[in-house]
Amino acid sequence: MHIANGIVDGPVSAIFIVVAVVGLAFCVWRAKLDLDDRLAPMAGLVAAFIFAVQMLNFQVLPGVSGHLLGGTLAVMLVGPYVGALCVATVLIVQCLLFADGGLTALGLNITNMALIGAAAAYLLVAGLLRVLPKNPAGLGATALIASVAGVVIASMGFVVEYALGGTTELSIGAIAATMAGVHTLIGIGEGLIAAITVVTVARVRPDLVYALRHFRKPVLAKAVLA
Amino acid sequence: MRKKAFLIAGLLVALLLAGVVSSFASGSPDGLDYAAREGCTFNADDEITGGTCMAQREGEHQLGDSPLADYAVAGVDNEFLATGLSGVAGVLITFAIGGGLFWLLRRREKASS
Repeated sequence: MHIANGIVDGPVSAIFIVVAVVGLAFCVWRAKLDLDDRLAPMAGLVAAFIFAVQMLNFQVLPGVSGHLLGGTLAVMLVGPYVGALCVATVLIVQCLLFADGGLTALGLNITNMALIGAAAAYLLVAGLLRVLPKNPAGLGATALIASVAGVVIASMGFVVEYALGGTTELSIGAIAATMAGVHTLIGIGEGLIAAITVVTVARVRPDLVYALRHFRKPVLAKAVLA
Repeated sequence: MRKKAFLIAGLLVALLLAGVVSSFASGSPDGLDYAAREGCTFNADDEITGGTCMAQREGEHQLGDSPLADYAVAGVDNEFLATGLSGVAGVLITFAIGGGLFWLLRRREKASS
């Protein structure tokens, strides 16, 4: 879901560079509270893993593919603030070294995939883990549902940006419908990848799953995966 | 599994995905590109031939000539090798930058496990 140069006009792209810088600065400030000797290397691994999985475009319709954005996966493994920074790190590396996602559009892309993606995922995951059964199936279902909703919400970030600074006169409603439709399908693919990954990590090293340590009582987390 | 072993295993999985599995990824436009191309017609060289779509004003990437641009490696003609090598480079660079940044940001504790 990387926006290329020229899709959204210069002034709106510039505004979102400011939005991205402010958002990331806030995340750095809050991430310091979460980051300790245990989380820091795990967060580096999560960023590298998201980079790898973003290369794996899967077909969702004839002629349409999608790839994981990583917001839900990152939030569940390393928390919302560190998670947003993981996705932003991937986007910056992709833009500067791989010419993926316009340099002018970097603020837009960070806003959609890192900031909106992680914020939506955080709210969804924290809410879902209050109601879903406290077992690996519940953790997997949380990853799946939060991914589908999170990806669609992130794609609506683009629609808003295009409504503000689009370079054509196309109907915003039609763009929103297309974006929501294909990103629901992409979200299902993302959700399956996120669910498999989170459940696998939870079985091997439950102490490395942020969602199990912070989004509910630790006693329950132990009971779940014992 | 010890934490160090977990990190190494995780990194190996990422390297395998980016280095090998990536060559089998779909080449179709992703969801946003698909939406951006809707309304235009394209010729065999993927150039816009008519219609109105978001992609018609798309500009070149400022860093399109960089050695790893478009997930390839400048000078490597074999597509499988170029994609795989760029993936491996990307995973290692992302781990180094991300891991380094998070390591610098972490709370320093005395005698923390």
